[in-house]
Amino acid sequence: MFRFLVRRALGSIVILFLLIALTYFAFFALPADPAQLACSKTCTPQLLEQIRINMHLNQPLYVQFWDYLSGLVFGHNYGADIGQCAAPCFGYSYNVHQFVWPRIASNYPATFVLAVGGAICFLTIGVGLGMVSAWKQGSVLDRIASSISLVGQSTQIYFLGPLAMGLFVTNLNWLPQPSYIPLTQNPWACFMGMILPWLVMSVIFWSNYTRQVRSLMLEQLSEDHIRAARAKGMSSRYVWWRYALRGAMAPIITIFGIDLGAVFSGAVVTEYTFGIHGLGFLAVDSVRQSDIYLELGVLIFSAASIILFNIIVDAAYALLDPRVRLG
Amino acid sequence: MSTLTKSEAVPAPQAGDAFLSVRDLRVRFRTEDGIVNAVNNLTFDIERGKTLGIVGESGSGKSVSNLAVMGLHNPKNTTVEGSIQLEGKELLGASQRELEKLRGNTMAMIFQDALAALSPYYTIGRQIAEPFMKHTGASKKEARERAIEMLRRVGIPQPQTRVDDFPHQFSGGMRQRAMIAMALVCDPKLLIADEPTTALDVTVQAQIVDLLKELQQEFGTSIIFITHDLGVIREIADDVLVMYAGRAVERGTMREVLKASQHPYGWGLLSSIPRINASVDVPLEPIPGTPPSLLNPPTGCAFHPRCAYRELVDGDKCVTERPPLELANGHLSACHLTAAQKQSILTEQILPRLSS
Repeated sequence: MFRFLVRRALGSIVILFLLIALTYFAFFALPADPAQLACSKTCTPQLLEQIRINMHLNQPLYVQFWDYLSGLVFGHNYGADIGQCAAPCFGYSYNVHQFVWPRIASNYPATFVLAVGGAICFLTIGVGLGMVSAWKQGSVLDRIASSISLVGQSTQIYFLGPLAMGLFVTNLNWLPQPSYIPLTQNPWACFMGMILPWLVMSVIFWSNYTRQVRSLMLEQLSEDHIRAARAKGMSSRYVWWRYALRGAMAPIITIFGIDLGAVFSGAVVTEYTFGIHGLGFLAVDSVRQSDIYLELGVLIFSAASIILFNIIVDAAYALLDPRVRLG
Repeated sequence: MSTLTKSEAVPAPQAGDAFLSVRDLRVRFRTEDGIVNAVNNLTFDIERGKTLGIVGESGSGKSVSNLAVMGLHNPKNTTVEGSIQLEGKELLGASQRELEKLRGNTMAMIFQDALAALSPYYTIGRQIAEPFMKHTGASKKEARERAIEMLRRVGIPQPQTRVDDFPHQFSGGMRQRAMIAMALVCDPKLLIADEPTTALDVTVQAQIVDLLKELQQEFGTSIIFITHDLGVIREIADDVLVMYAGRAVERGTMREVLKASQHPYGWGLLSSIPRINASVDVPLEPIPGTPPSLLNPPTGCAFHPRCAYRELVDGDKCVTERPPLELANGHLSACHLTAAQKQSILTEQILPRLSS
């Protein structure tokens, strides 16, 4: 296991490097003037010149790239006006006069809480509905669960979100206006503010789990080892939970890992719908403001979290299925 | 077509001295294509400490009838009728809870494909220990000790370490041994072995058969041994039941059925066994045709489309009337040929061919 983790960590550094290189050159080797882009809308000729110097645009591209990389690892000095950018230095947003990394760091908790809560919701609801469907196969319950998951799959957050807010916040007054209140500040308020985004976001994810769990459970239940376990006298419930669900879990973990990577790297639509200032919000902002360093930063950060979750999934897979050997 | 649904006129031993007694067992599946009559009017007994071999082609109802004994059919699409008595206790209609107490405890089952029948997610030891804990209330530690003991008994080397292995770390023969250990962990009185040797190579087959015989002598277990390998039957069975298209076509002691079969299907089976001392120039004789569909079984005798001796029966009795299971020349067989005809075919055509 340890060797596997070390190898994967080294491998992901290579992937990250390639990714940074690719995105960096995509942004900086293109004919558009990076300084002009970074300078944003409130640009003055002095500022433009300043940026040109700061970005070392007068130097060859590979030197610029090397500067960026070393900034990521060791930090970067932007001179007297701007000051020292501590590692990891993702650059400087000239439009709001802030370093990129603190902006990501301050927005990330919202995305994190949204992702964790949403993931718990779509995993429990999705898997639960799937199991009910498989258990009562062909029954009314099964059909209801299938219909809900079909509706969930065909709907959109920006449709469902305002609808749910209108109902639960404006009309029924059950919930406060969704917002992110830091967990450390007031856990209950955080929960109440996020419950609607969690649930609405989970709807589009859970339908997939319902269908997968249903078919996986039915497939598992027809396996020989299920019959053999019953022939040993194990009760249906025991066989159901310990044997069938166990077998169905491995593929579910795979999908879950992919989805986790997606939500942790920022759920743009959900964050916009509910006005939660997370990573996705920042990503849209960066494009709007043509804040090239912020764009780059969010991209690298998102990619890193997806890579991290892939490693976790592979490790979890080995724990779940003894036939999988890591190495 | 005969519509005989009442009990067939079968001279059966008195219920009571039999350990397991199956009467007029009928198993039907509802499928999308219609109702499959998988087992019809099956009657057999098995005494304590004896082995019954059940022989037949794929789809002849061997496994289905024994899954019915274990109560493992899905009641949603399966109808099981008749009577199955274990130690005088009726199993059909017993609650799932009662059956769970019997399964793995009084009656146990070994499956053909041990890799598929063992869960890949749990260690061999845990899978052996599970039924022991459930049925005897033993602690985890005791059950583990028991699992190690069982593995040793079925001949797994270094059972103390192998107990923590997963099924995929075992070889095919060892997995089958582990399956046997799992089935025998509670010292069952009835063991149903569903083709336990079919997936194994011949030397391992012989080992497994010897192992089962040893364990049987030690504990007095009754065994139902399902196979299509007559060689294995000769090794292990006391009585033999030959099934065709969901019905018993021949039943008797192993010697009688194997040495003096009274049914064209039995003759076909015997002629298709390869013999090590036979001339290599004489080809094996397969039974022509294919097993019948149970959705739409042939009328009369289900074997008639493949039977080489049909012409010897007067009229079209074979097509119109199902032969009852009757005593002929020492044991039960279901065929319209007269006892004299059977005997003369056996002695003049079949036995010479077998010894050539």
